[in-house]
Amino acid sequence: MHNSRIVITGIGLTAPNGNSLPEFRKALLEGKSGVAKFETRYMGELIAGVCDFDDLRYQKKKAVRRGTRAGSIGIYCAQEAVKDAGLTVEDAGRDRVGVYLGITEHGNVETENEVYKISQFNYDTKFWTHHHNPRTVANAPAGEVTLNMGITGPHLCIGAACAAGNLGLVHGAQMLRLDECDLALAGGVSESIHTFGIFASFRAQNALAHNEEPAKASRPFAADRNGIVISEGGCVFALERLEDALARSAKIYGEVVGHASNSDASDFVLPEPKRQAECMELALRRAGIEPDDIDIISTHGTGTQLGDQQECAAINSIFAQCDDTCVNNTKSLIGHAMGSAGALELAGNLPSFEDGLVHPTINLENPDPDCDIKNMIIDTPFPKKNIDFILNNAFGMLGINSVVIVKRFDA
Amino acid sequence: MSKSQLRSIVTDIIKSIAPDEDLSSLDPEKPLRAQIDLDSMDFLDIVMELRVRYNIDVPEADYPQLNSLASTVNYLMPRMQGV
Repeated sequence: MHNSRIVITGIGLTAPNGNSLPEFRKALLEGKSGVAKFETRYMGELIAGVCDFDDLRYQKKKAVRRGTRAGSIGIYCAQEAVKDAGLTVEDAGRDRVGVYLGITEHGNVETENEVYKISQFNYDTKFWTHHHNPRTVANAPAGEVTLNMGITGPHLCIGAACAAGNLGLVHGAQMLRLDECDLALAGGVSESIHTFGIFASFRAQNALAHNEEPAKASRPFAADRNGIVISEGGCVFALERLEDALARSAKIYGEVVGHASNSDASDFVLPEPKRQAECMELALRRAGIEPDDIDIISTHGTGTQLGDQQECAAINSIFAQCDDTCVNNTKSLIGHAMGSAGALELAGNLPSFEDGLVHPTINLENPDPDCDIKNMIIDTPFPKKNIDFILNNAFGMLGINSVVIVKRFDA
Repeated sequence: MSKSQLRSIVTDIIKSIAPDEDLSSLDPEKPLRAQIDLDSMDFLDIVMELRVRYNIDVPEADYPQLNSLASTVNYLMPRMQGV
């Protein structure tokens, strides 16, 4: 087991408002939303965050057709991350690359498509595709990445609801420390907007956002919020041990200095602020820092009534006295990218180490008094001196909490 | 239905399954898999598309009949009459 420090040396992503980190960052600083109208089977026109990356940049048409949307997202992001890291899979050693992708769920899209198809044939199952099993196994998106890139090291998906983006990264860091790989391609992906079920379920829970103007629909912490905007997306980090990154003079986006995960053990869907706070405190302890060392809190806030209030309560229980800690919310700009949310939201904040800006939250003209949180950056980027630590929250159903802390790297 | 119409139908199906391939120079007498990138899953897709589009079931014992474009057309010709 290595006791190594783990650093981020490459980032590949697709978000509803950008298909690379520079594009994404620019959109976040400009307050440009990626939320749009979206047609869904059975439910008609809804609102969602939709990605427009070029899926043929790294795949043939047949591979796109055979695989899954989550796989295509994973492939695009992983290829971009390796390229951004200035590496090739051959450089790293095919058998020394690990692929670890967080997912909220996988298989609903493919199953729903087949059920719809056989419904056109009076539910005769002889019309059910032989592609169903390979498309819906839980390792599919990560496995598609290995097939596409010729990676022969380990791969798996980390099922972790909406904490998955953080936990994919955490798993990659842990596998590097265990010497399971020398390069971890780790993060999260989501294709969930391509099944009606996730929209219908949130609507049944009275938690699906609606608004005449799509860009205004995602309103975490606002008094007039009315639910979640569901988005697709992906973000893969190239992670390496610090000594390996330094040996090849790699660009280092930041060091993963603290992370934690725990469980609420209290409810299927309702969060528990006490456990969320414990998770943040544990990550701070592991990073060896105090709350007021954190420069940016990247919140999980999704736009649900209780979820936003509970996260604010958790944050205030730790950070209420921290006058210089800024807070923002990326979902206000891109919606909730589910399994990729944690990874995308961290990635969108990492350029703060270089540009000295905290990207704003939008749609927060009228904050909920029960979401009273200090130093929320609204509408305009905030210039902040000496940004050294970013804390990224990602929480999910069944009470799964995750926190990642990344530190600016100074050689 | 003429042989050329049927050949066009089969070619359309193959094109939908192997969209990256150039089918214009396919030799109808040579095995399909020797000329274009078609694996066993693709082959099952061809069988499925015949079922979905034309309600034709090809039993596993008859799969060798779909070896080439010409043999596929010959095999389907009597089964496609009236479709």
